Amino acid sequence: MPDISAGRLAAADYGKNFSDVHPPLTAHEAVVESDRCYFCFDAPCTIACPTSIDIPLFIRKIGTGNVEGAAETIFSANILGGMCARVCPTETLCEEACVRNAAEEKPVRIGLLQRHATDHYLERHSAFGLRAPATGRKVAVVGAGPAGLACAHELALKGHDVTIFEARGKAGGLNEFGIAAYKATDDFAQREVDFVLGIGGITVEAGKALGRDFTLADLKASHDAVFLGLGLQAVNALGVEGEETAGVVDAVRWIEDLRQSPDKSGIEVGARIVVIGGGMTAVDAAIQAKKLGADEVTIAYRRGPAEMGASRYEQELAQVNGVRILHWVAPKRIVSEGNAVAAVDFERTALDVSGRLTGTGRSVRLPADQVMKAIGQTFVSGPVESGETVALDGGRIAVDAELRTSLAGVWAGGDCIRGGEDLTVQAVDHGKRAALSIHAALSA
Amino acid sequence: MADLRTNFLGIKSPNPFWLASAPPTDKKYNVERAYRAGWGGVVWKTLGEDPAVVNVNGPRYGAIHAGDRRLAGLNNIELITDRPLELNLREIAEVKKAWPDRALVVSLMVPCEELNWKSIIARVEETGADGLELNFGCPHGMSERGMGSAVGQVPEYIEMVARWCKQATRMPVIVKLTPNITDIRYPARAARKGGADAVSLINTINSIVAVDLDSFAPVPTIDGKGSHGGYCGPAVKPIALNMVAEIARDPETMGMPISGIGGIETWRDAAEYIALGCGTVQVCTAVMTYGFKIVEEMIDGMKKYMDGHGFATIEDFRGLAVKNLSDWKYLNLNYIAKAKINQDLCIKCGRCHIACEDTSHQAITHMVDGIRHFEVKDEECVGCNLCVNVCPVEDCITMEAMAPGSVDPRTGKVVPAQYANWTTHPNNPSAVAAE
Repeated sequence: MPDISAGRLAAADYGKNFSDVHPPLTAHEAVVESDRCYFCFDAPCTIACPTSIDIPLFIRKIGTGNVEGAAETIFSANILGGMCARVCPTETLCEEACVRNAAEEKPVRIGLLQRHATDHYLERHSAFGLRAPATGRKVAVVGAGPAGLACAHELALKGHDVTIFEARGKAGGLNEFGIAAYKATDDFAQREVDFVLGIGGITVEAGKALGRDFTLADLKASHDAVFLGLGLQAVNALGVEGEETAGVVDAVRWIEDLRQSPDKSGIEVGARIVVIGGGMTAVDAAIQAKKLGADEVTIAYRRGPAEMGASRYEQELAQVNGVRILHWVAPKRIVSEGNAVAAVDFERTALDVSGRLTGTGRSVRLPADQVMKAIGQTFVSGPVESGETVALDGGRIAVDAELRTSLAGVWAGGDCIRGGEDLTVQAVDHGKRAALSIHAALSA
Repeated sequence: MADLRTNFLGIKSPNPFWLASAPPTDKKYNVERAYRAGWGGVVWKTLGEDPAVVNVNGPRYGAIHAGDRRLAGLNNIELITDRPLELNLREIAEVKKAWPDRALVVSLMVPCEELNWKSIIARVEETGADGLELNFGCPHGMSERGMGSAVGQVPEYIEMVARWCKQATRMPVIVKLTPNITDIRYPARAARKGGADAVSLINTINSIVAVDLDSFAPVPTIDGKGSHGGYCGPAVKPIALNMVAEIARDPETMGMPISGIGGIETWRDAAEYIALGCGTVQVCTAVMTYGFKIVEEMIDGMKKYMDGHGFATIEDFRGLAVKNLSDWKYLNLNYIAKAKINQDLCIKCGRCHIACEDTSHQAITHMVDGIRHFEVKDEECVGCNLCVNVCPVEDCITMEAMAPGSVDPRTGKVVPAQYANWTTHPNNPSAVAAE
């Protein structure tokens, strides 16, 4: 029988294992770190930030004791700056661009400084920004994830009234349901949602799904503009024999259950786990499985380390946590015993002379009590393809440079659009830019 | 939200942050970039008579750095503007017209003859500039020609030229003082006697920043030779603050408007000058290091500070520190403080111990019961503050005042509640009897 069970650890270990992965800087550390910033001109870090936060300016403000002003600099560019400070792959964004890398291979710890400032602000303020006088215009936002929240906040700032329709029971999107628990401790996702909504003028209608409870035509009829921040609703299938076997789980769903469970000891986890995939979801699932007490966790990925969606830093974080990463293997078959999973058969892969991924014919079997599928999510286009429809591109919503869809009065952003990258910070940028475009359209 | 608008001698600016007369204000291009960045005003780089001066064509600057190459002090041998007078005047008029809400003061330096000053002032009048700053400060080059600090070092000249200028113009006149003197009060008093509306200080300090140990020439080196330059930047701030303070509390100059200059990089530096009575501050080295954008930090930081203290305008806290400036002899000798080390913050580097052990009062342990441990021995501590200053962790060591009535373990005496100073101390041969 496969060994899958909850409560593998002593009670005290859950709190320890799911505490902050990067503890916040102390005031002293923040000052020392801020001193390392060169206040670069046309700063590479700011250019690398999808939301273009003025990083040198906020760091300079920390250095002069104006931590509150530092947070304001951050929030004026990125209202979810608190979460981004926790979940951004800074090693491939701002910190990768830091000029300190060239000199001493040690960037300014921008993410932690951003967290220092935003935590300071959230401890003292329930909202950011003052609303412009009411315009009397109404905007519908579909999806209360990072894109929708950022869009709603910017629109509320401009004086518009916003209603967010969220299919799930509460707001937050991936920040609430998808991010690894140790990156957003102490219910930070909900605290941040409250902070965003604190500006006023935003109503959240939870449990209302596009296509089920209302249509795009309904929204267009009752609002002056619509923003679609739908995210991705389905996971890719492995497409191999045995995929339906008990013990094969969807990593996104498993992480969601983990995030929503106040008591992590209730989450079932296998003794030997194989995670199939190479992105952030694979890493988040693998590390958390290990933290729940799994004996052996292997991430199996069909290409090499450089091609993984997870950054080098995240790969190392997995390895430090005892996760093995096996490269150049493609799943071929889920092996079952009785009605449950027992192993996964892989074929070793390689690049052929033309650079294409091919099977080598050599196989490897990984015993497993539980298999987690983390090979990407897909956009479910049904709700935007009936009645009034928006054009798609590559299976996701097509938008122009201002995030306008093919349907007049409808904008879209975040993972549901072509080019969405599964990054909170990018979704925030989409939401903000769409809001500015909506505002311009409503002001015309 | 705090209002930073400033009215200095009738010259209005949206904030008290001006750029000092220096390379950053040499031409329209730079000045307009500064205004766009948010600077409240500029003092245009010093104009002189045609033909324009020439600068060296080798290095003009030298610097000293703190750790991590943070620029701490800058030295320059650049002269006043080397552009034709006509060009500068035309640009000044254009800039003032395009930016009516910003302060634009023009710095001047011409030979010490009345006609020379009156002639150039007449030209500046036509530009619509807001005020004049008389450059009696530059310590290098121009001083060899009887200008700059050569004037600023002779109070009689300052008074004379200031008077000429006041008679010749509608504009407010600011006299920029050189710190290369023994007592800053004399030139400041002379400026006031001459009718100047304000003083600005400090100009740069005579300096050689380094000597090249291969060529044995001072830095910056021009073809194997070097000349002393003018020193500025964060390192000079304490010198400038003291000179500003001396003028602010001198009975003969008290109340005279001051524009503070010297090592200002952040809102905090600026606020310190304002607390000592300055109505505006001028910045140069910081923008030469980091660019004009730093004013965003200064504006926001100043507003936050003022909001936090309930100051609606600059005037609400300007000069608040002046009343606390004192001669040493009036300091309270009955105030007794002891250093206290926060063991939670201590990183056990030992710098406090060795500073105290080698150079002060042997008042900090380094080993207690065989364990590395740094703690103040109150029975030895004289409260000198050296350990606080050498500690690498801010707020790890603090000075705690002893409550009156408690016993100072060092002297065995009760800490008196009443104030007493040197003038009445029994050890003072000239002590006056306490009343």
